[in-house]
Amino acid sequence: MLKARALRPATTLRPRTLLAAMLVLLGVGVLAVVLGAGDLGAGRVLTEIGAQLTGGVSPLSEREAAIVWELRLPRVLLAGLVGAALAGAGAAFQGVFRNPLADPYLLGAAAGAGMAATIVVVLLPAASSWVVGPLPLAAFAGALGGVGLSWVLGRSAGGSGTATLLLAGVAVASFLTAVQTFVQQLDTDTIEQVYTWMLGGLNLTGWREVWLALPYIALAAVVLCACARLLDVLGLGDAEAASLGVHAGRVRLVVLSAASLATAAAVAVSGLIGFVGIVVPHLVRLLAGASYRVILPLSLVGGAAFLIVADHIARTIMPGELPLGVVTAFAGAPFFVVVLRTTRGRLP
Amino acid sequence: MTAALRLDRVAAGYRGAEVVRGVSAAVAEGGWLAIVGPNGAGKSTLLKAIAGLVAFSGDIEVHGRSVTALSRRQRAHEIGYAPQNPLLPDGLTVTDYVLLGRTPHLGALARESATDRSIVEESLARVDLGGLAARRMRTLSGGEQQRAVLARVLAQRTRLLLLDEPTTGLDIGHAQALLELLDRLRREDGTTVVTTLHDLTFAAQYAGDLLLVDGGEVVAAGAPEEVLTAERLRRHYAADAEVLRTADGRPVVTPVRPR
Repeated sequence: MLKARALRPATTLRPRTLLAAMLVLLGVGVLAVVLGAGDLGAGRVLTEIGAQLTGGVSPLSEREAAIVWELRLPRVLLAGLVGAALAGAGAAFQGVFRNPLADPYLLGAAAGAGMAATIVVVLLPAASSWVVGPLPLAAFAGALGGVGLSWVLGRSAGGSGTATLLLAGVAVASFLTAVQTFVQQLDTDTIEQVYTWMLGGLNLTGWREVWLALPYIALAAVVLCACARLLDVLGLGDAEAASLGVHAGRVRLVVLSAASLATAAAVAVSGLIGFVGIVVPHLVRLLAGASYRVILPLSLVGGAAFLIVADHIARTIMPGELPLGVVTAFAGAPFFVVVLRTTRGRLP
Repeated sequence: MTAALRLDRVAAGYRGAEVVRGVSAAVAEGGWLAIVGPNGAGKSTLLKAIAGLVAFSGDIEVHGRSVTALSRRQRAHEIGYAPQNPLLPDGLTVTDYVLLGRTPHLGALARESATDRSIVEESLARVDLGGLAARRMRTLSGGEQQRAVLARVLAQRTRLLLLDEPTTGLDIGHAQALLELLDRLRREDGTTVVTTLHDLTFAAQYAGDLLLVDGGEVVAAGAPEEVLTAERLRRHYAADAEVLRTADGRPVVTPVRPR
């Protein structure tokens, strides 16, 4: 497979590759629903799914069926959505900043979204019961604000170097996290809620969160895939992009907005889950090529599969539940070091 | 015949600081103008002004139309530009890279067509890179990379090429091969070429006209044998050099040890 790709001159997304990725995602999703936490019996759940699809007789009791359809399925779907959002946003940030280490968490997007979400949780406790709560909106504003602040600081600190930008992002993220901590300490009643949320997890989710996140993430995914070819052009540098008729600033604004929207939607429903945005696009790059026309769609699919697996591990590895952010950090932090080593000396 | 490129009292620079000023020049269609001058003279800035990449005052006309009247995309249909040190995106294949040259011809959301792909293949064949089409850009040698950049600009299918030091980092043989290639394109397609060039002997052998720039101003312009004199080389480059002649009468600039 790798050999066959090496002989192909252009990096394009073949329908076969996309189909294979989708099938893997579907398989992972079905497995996660069927295996689940708790002991329903994989065979019985499969029969139940078959029964629902064909109108046959289910072996599960009503309560057990509810576990499958009201707990497991929305949770798996949401893990997929959040994973797709974080991985897609990561790939987009890497393209915009021409930096393989860019990630929603390094540029202040997630910290901004987290701060805004905490403020809403602490100061507007009633908001969590609203149908279209202010949480995603606040998180979106926070994410855009975080990235915007990093960008402005990075530019004012000297030029358009991506290293400066990442440093500014780290400073902004620390500051916003400090604000978040300050706000959460203001109200001891909500501290536990905020902490659980910060560790990242999908343990309290249902269909409501799925419908809450879906429109934003779907919109962002469409925009990002549409801009994929322009991200390749940005890789040439702003001057050459301009000489090819592309307005680099505009492309950046559109892509950053879409990526921040996806990040914010993910953070709003799942808390802080790191490293997905670095690990998944990098694996895609290694396996399928370096054009964003391939990286973006496959990162969306791969991110979904990755987080479904990570969430399954989080649910089942211990008697209690491990926060999902801890699982992704265990997998992602060593990977980050590897990426750092392999890209050494190639960063601008 | 309208000039492919006409500059009228052009001044350009960055953030208010003028780097070049008062530049007037014209290049006929199918001509080759070499912008020469010492380091820091403003050669690259002038090239970027023509490409629309830095702000300028005065007037720049390409094929009879003022560039300020052109949209970014229209300009990309008229002018191909390659910088001195192009960024080579990590991991892209040569074909991916050259395909980016088709950007101005694609809608914002369009995919490339079979025509675009065949133009890319043809561009690669013209710079003799057909055999390396599937290689990663970063695995190419310096000369191959320069040719790939040229192929990308060719895939853009513009009648005017602006190339900033296209022979940077190439040895004498590779530099000559690249300039021969450019000259062939010029003769076969009537493409107009404007380059900055460090090597004055190469400039004299390939360019029809030289524009000698020093301190941001044109200090001499015209045929190479008129522009290149030992006296000017001393004054503008602070160089001790002799101007010799090849058998066919072209100037050769050679440094000599100061006595």
